[in-house]
Parts: sequence; structure tokens; C-alpha cells
Amino acid sequence: MRCGVAPLGNPVVCQQTGGQQLDEQYLLEIKNVSKEFFGNRVLKDVNLAVAAGKIHSLVGENGAGKSTLMNILFGMPVIHNTGGFSGEIWFGGKRVDIRSPQDAMNLGIGMVHQEFMLIPGFTITENIKLNREQTKHNLVSRMFGAKMKSLDFKSMRADSRAALDVLGLTIDEMLPVAGLPVGYMQMVEIAREIDKRNVRLLVFDEPTAVLTEVEAQTLINAMRMLAEKGVSILFITHRLEEVLEVSEEITVLRDGEVVASLRAADATVERLAELMVGRKVEKVSLGRETQGITGSGRQVVLALENLHVRMPGEAVRGISMEVYKGEILGIGGLAGQGKLGIANGVMGLYPAEGRVVKEGKVVQINNAASALANGLGFLSEDRRGVGLLLDQSIEFNIAVTAVQCQDKFVKAFCGVKLIDTKAITEHARRMIREVDIRCTGPQQLVRRLSGGNQQKVCIARALTLQPDILFVSEPTRGIDVGAKRIVLELLVRLNRELGMTIVVTSSELAELRAICDRIAIVYRGRLEGILSPDASDREFGLMMTGEKPGRREVS
Amino acid sequence: MEQRRTQTGLNIPALVQSAGYPRLIITAFLLALMVYAAVLDLPIGQLVSSILVRFGMNGILVLAMIPSIQSGTGPNFGISLGIVCGLVAATLSIELDLVGLAAFFFAVAVSAILGSLVGYVYGLLLNRVKGQEMTVGTYTGFSVVSLMCVFWLMAPYKSPEMIWPYGGEGLRVTITLQNRFDKVLNELLAFDVVGVRIPTGLLIFLAICCALMWVFLRTKTGMAMLAVGSNPRFAASSGINVDKFRLVGTVLSTVLGAVGIVVYAQSYGFLQLYTAPLYMPFFAVASILIGGASIKHATIMQALVGTFLFQALLVVALPVANEAIANNLSEVIRIILSNGMILYALTRKEAGGDLG
Repeated sequence: MRCGVAPLGNPVVCQQTGGQQLDEQYLLEIKNVSKEFFGNRVLKDVNLAVAAGKIHSLVGENGAGKSTLMNILFGMPVIHNTGGFSGEIWFGGKRVDIRSPQDAMNLGIGMVHQEFMLIPGFTITENIKLNREQTKHNLVSRMFGAKMKSLDFKSMRADSRAALDVLGLTIDEMLPVAGLPVGYMQMVEIAREIDKRNVRLLVFDEPTAVLTEVEAQTLINAMRMLAEKGVSILFITHRLEEVLEVSEEITVLRDGEVVASLRAADATVERLAELMVGRKVEKVSLGRETQGITGSGRQVVLALENLHVRMPGEAVRGISMEVYKGEILGIGGLAGQGKLGIANGVMGLYPAEGRVVKEGKVVQINNAASALANGLGFLSEDRRGVGLLLDQSIEFNIAVTAVQCQDKFVKAFCGVKLIDTKAITEHARRMIREVDIRCTGPQQLVRRLSGGNQQKVCIARALTLQPDILFVSEPTRGIDVGAKRIVLELLVRLNRELGMTIVVTSSELAELRAICDRIAIVYRGRLEGILSPDASDREFGLMMTGEKPGRREVS
Repeated sequence: MEQRRTQTGLNIPALVQSAGYPRLIITAFLLALMVYAAVLDLPIGQLVSSILVRFGMNGILVLAMIPSIQSGTGPNFGISLGIVCGLVAATLSIELDLVGLAAFFFAVAVSAILGSLVGYVYGLLLNRVKGQEMTVGTYTGFSVVSLMCVFWLMAPYKSPEMIWPYGGEGLRVTITLQNRFDKVLNELLAFDVVGVRIPTGLLIFLAICCALMWVFLRTKTGMAMLAVGSNPRFAASSGINVDKFRLVGTVLSTVLGAVGIVVYAQSYGFLQLYTAPLYMPFFAVASILIGGASIKHATIMQALVGTFLFQALLVVALPVANEAIANNLSEVIRIILSNGMILYALTRKEAGGDLG
């Protein structure tokens, strides 16, 4: 019905409703929503419709625009502070203007967060009822007003119990949240949303990411039960099998656009994987000329043996792999699967176990100085937090690591190791020219540079160390589109011209496929497989979502 | 930001920006006070001499803030630890019956040694309380100064110049240096210019300290310390031992504090024991902050400018205030100024945010 009323209805959605009765009511409709962040388009004419009492899945890679869409739905300040969005949101048949999370809550839209928003010291009941406490009158409150009412623990407990029962959780509702297993915490979050009486639409933002298989199954059952009670569910996840199992309709988002909107019955895991990944960027024009990397002549330059890294949110749980001399190796995978942990572990930034062998020599792990001394360089994914001294000059940033680790730019004077500032400035000038840092001079503070130029400063710093192997994590994160290409081309140039072995870790599969010789995919802290950049979208999609047990090595 | 050039070619907005409004305001206030002092017929020559002396005697204590700020432990509110080391060294030189420059340099040398030992232990403590160095430092200072009161009472000194005249046990609150090293630096090569006495030796000593600091900041160690202070995570990823260089900064700061109080005492003419060092850190911290430093960034220039403005303000403001209000407000103004300045610096939004 809506479809006929709205002049700009999404054709895909219309086709779907076409076969059904026109009086089927959509609870939530998102129409032609677009959003720009500082000229960077992150959502383009997105249409999405969730029927009442149905489970609708939203799938997409990291950065496809899922979070932005949800931020719009919840009226988050980040949206309104950056110029709002265009398009319409209809809820329960009416056009709504959601200006704040409170508005969304009043409408009956609830959200189960990826990160827990629980108070550890409070009991489960208190957490479920937080800010919605039930109260009863007592002597004081009768005299001094409602603010003095005491908590009605009995009814709060009963409500919490009911909510937990819906989820099939037998745990005592008066236990403190601190110390509960993560799976239970997730359930408490959900119980809190269920307990809200007016809730009509629940958004699950990757709820199963932290759950075990069994817990995930309980959750899926709970979602079904909720749907039967008439609550609509918008399910955001990477686990494609769950999507097929639980949802009725599926929307696939890629690069801020809806690439498909289909019924679960028509979808397969393979098809979803393919739609999700897609091919976005053509290869960087420098041409991939593999230099003896393939074939039997290749030489292992770095071997990781059963590497474990305790990096919060990106834990590595036993990876063994080899890096060949002169190649560009990509490490891909979805967020939180551990791809970032590898480089951070090898470079001694997070506690690690296992063995790292470089050209037959064991590199001491958990020791940044040793990694650097063995000719390993690193561009951190956390550029502003780890990669740069923001309040120091460009030349200081470029030189400092080389000074400390290799005694470069140091001249001894009566036994005192003085810094050769002239040599540093000269070197910085050369670097600025070579990697093309746009700045006012070597003395400019790094904070004042754009993201792309800051990244080039990081590259210049790593080059100053003259590493044999360069680890690069998320090289284009937070960099605008034009500069992205320049950074990627620079990496390829380093590989081709200096013969530097490069290991790139990136969430953007497209950029890995553009520059890498081989791409390793990490899933749940383990190596899922190594693919050629020419492998199909389907293969990548399946591996990234852990759907493919069989491994395939490229030779 | 639009920057207009004046006809003289001076870039006034840029100048204002590099100096910072607080310093311009203080300088303007200072000039106004000077004019008023002249109107009141106060002896300007004496005032200027006094400013120079106070600048020189406080300079090293303020300089001590630089290594601690640069190494990331913030302004050293625990500088009183260094100060008591300096006081112990100075009393030792008297006990050993040294006089003149020998006494002074003996005190400087011993204070440096004591300062580095105490600074090392203090640094170990600071490495365990990362992020709370300022609070912990303040209370460490308070505790140690109080503890030292016991030491001054119990110490087995025998020199009749220092112990209580009646009892023969324990040191006096104030010990005169008149026959020891009173003003040995101030009077070294001192000369008069238009009614202003220039304390040449004192200023040279300060200049040497600044030069050494300047060189240190340009060594490999100094650079590592700066990196640690700017971003510990960056430093760790560059293979720099963060704790070690924080320790270096704290030791250096404590040593400068110890030497600083000896220089201060020779100019002042007295050693002040017991609770006197309690609030000294606040004046030193306030000085460098007035100079434009933040709790994360400080330069030698900022230390010098800050010391000069702070001391000059006190020297000129007090007689003027006394003349105008006819009441002794010296201590009150000093405390308002220093604590106000610390408050201002701590509440500036600079930490973590964008500069300027």
C-alpha cells in the first residue's frame, strides 16, 4: 500500500510486495535515504522496509553503511551534527522525524548493542529496569512527593524474570552483571529491550558476534518467539547461515547502496556472499608483475608459527603462515576476526605467543625494538594513537624511530650522542619530496596535516628505517578517496622499485585485490585460507564469513 | 584565519598568537604598574635590580619543570623532594665549615647527587601511578616535607650557626648564610648600570643551566624522552622503553630542583627549613604555565618568560599595592596569582584537543 502512496517507492521493494496482498502493513519504511559526511557519500538512496512481526536481515561488509543507517534510524547526534540526511522514514504508517534516541525509544524502536551497555556492579534486574524502575509509595513519599517513592523490587523481579524466560535463560535475576559470561550479558541486553512494553521494532546489531554456537541458537529462537508476538526485528549480522535460517527478507548493502533486496527463500549463502563483496575498484594501474613470487623459485622471508596475540577485539588464535620475498601479501577478513592482531603481535605492540622467523633467524616477540632491529617496519592502523606524534614536527616524526633504533642522524660529541638536526631536516625534505607530503615545510606540526598526508609521514618514517618487510595496517582508513589511491600506489611503488616485501592488512577487500599478490583471509583468529586476488567474489565472501571449511592455497 | 599585515610589515596577529594573550595581558599590566610605580616615586632602579635577582634565583627551579613535562609526567609538583635534597646539601656544607664559592659549589654537587638518588626512587613511584602524577606528586611533596621536619630536629649537626642556641639539639627554622655563601653568585662580576645592579654571576649560572638543558633536549636521550612524553604508545612502538625515559625526566627534574634551591638560598641569604618548601612547587609550576607552557608541552623559552613575568609582577605589584592600599598583601597576591594560574592552565582544553 505504502508503495502506491509514496511517489518515490523503491522498485525492488515494490516488486516484492507486488505478489502479496496490498494491505500488508510495513512497520518501518526507509525511503530514499542518502547521507553525506563532509562531501563523502556514505548512503545513496537506500530503501528498506520491515514488515510487522517479521525478521528482516541487513547484511554488508564493514563500511557498507549499516551503522550510519542505524544512526539515522535512532536520530543519533552524529547525524544531525553533520548536516542531517535526505529521504524519509515512515514508522507505523506515518512519516516520522526522529531527532534523538529518545524519540526513537518513544516510537517503540529498541536496539541491542554490539558493545554492552550494562553497569557491572548492578544486578541483572537493576540493569534491565535501569531508568524505568517501578516504584511504590511509602510513608515519606506520601508526604514529600513521588521523588521519594521506593523501588518495587518484587514487581521488577517478576518482570525481569518474564523477560529472561522468553529468552530461555534460567539464570537468577538478582545476580550482579559483573562476572557473567559474555553470552549472558548479551542476553541481559536483549531482555532489557524485550521488557520495554511499547517496543515494536528491535534492531539487533551483530548480536551473535560474541556468542558461542549454542548461545547463538538460543538467541535465534528468542528472535523467532519475539517475531511471533508481533515485534519486528531488524537483524544485522555477518553470519550468513543465520541470516538464511531466521529471516524472511534480506537486504544487502554495499558501498552505501542497496544492491539487492530479496526473500530468504530465493537466497543462498553463496549468492549473498557474492552480493556482499562485489567488485568495487579496478586494479591499481601499475600492473602486477609478480617477480618470481609464484613458482618454485620463491623464497620464504618471514614465517609465523602458531602465533597467538592477545589484542582486545582482534585476538589471533594460532596462525601459521609464510611470507615470500618481494611479494605484497594481503590480510583480509571482517572486523573483529583478528586480522589486525597479526601485525601488532609481530611488532611487539600486544602480548603474543608463538614464533616469528625471519630468514631463518628467530625474531624475539613482545619486543618492539627487536622487531625493528630485524628489519621489520610497521604502519599502525591507529595512525593518530600509535603512528604519529601529533604535536611534533614532520621531521621529528620521520626521524625519531631511526634515531632511537639505528643511531641514524646521531653524531657523538665527547661521548654524548647528539642529534644531527641538519641531517634530519635534509632527510625530511627529501622524504617530503619523494612521498609527496603536502605541507609548509619539515617543521610543520603533524596535527595540521590531512589524513592522507599524515599517512605519508608514517610511510616516510617507516622508510627511514629501511625495513626489509613492511607491515601496513588499514593504510587508507580515514583518508579521502583521491588520497587513498595515492597511498596504495606508493605502496606498490615501494614494492616494485625497492623490492620491499609488504604485508597489507585491510578491511577493504577491494584495495587488497587491487594491489596484492596473495590474500590471506582470517576468520575467528585463524587463517581461513589464502586466495589469489583474481578469485571470485563468492570465494572471498564465503571465506570471510567462515562458511567454507575447505581451504584452497594459491601456488 | 585571516592575517593582515600592517604597513610596517609586521604580522601583528601572528605575533599575538605566538606570544599568547595571557602573556600580552600580563606584560601590559606590568608596564602599567611600572608607570604607576614611577608616579608614586618608587625607586625604579631598585625595582629592576630586584626583578633581575628574583628572576635569576627562581629560574632553575622553574627550569626543573621542563624535563618532567617533556617526559610526560606533567609539571613536577613533587619538586619539594629535590628542594629538601638541596637543603640537606647546603646544611652539610655549613657543617663542614666551608665558605664562599667552595661552599656553594660543594652544596651544588652534593645536592645533585642526593637529588638523583631521590629522583630515581620518586620516578619509580611515578611509573606506578601513570595519569595521576600531579596529584601523587603534590602529596608526596607534602609528606616528605613533613617527614623532613623530624629530620631537621633529630639530625646530628653540631655547627653552632645552625642549631638552636639554647638546646644544642636540632636545626633552626631559618639559617643565615651571611658568613657562608650569601650572594656569592649575585655579586660575582656584578656591576651597576644606570642605578641597576646586574647580578652577573647569577645570570651566567642560569644561562649555563639553560644551555645544558638545550643540549640535553637535542641528544638521543632527550629525543626519546620527548617522544615518550608526547605519545607513550608511539614511543613503545618505536622500541623505546617508556618507563626508563620517564625515570630520566624525573631524575633530571629533581636534580634541578635540588640545585635550584641552593642557588635560591645563596641569593636570599637564608636557608629556610621545616615547612618552608611546602608551597614552593606551586610557584614554580605557576611560573612555567604563565610562560605559556601546558601540562604536556614546555620549552626553555617558556620557562624563562614565565619566571620573568611572574617575579616581575610580584616585585612591582607589591610595593605599588602596599602604597595604594597601605596594607601588606604580598603573600596573598602571590598565592592568588600562582594558584589562579595553575587553575587556568589545568582547565585549558588543550590536553588531547587541537592546539590553539
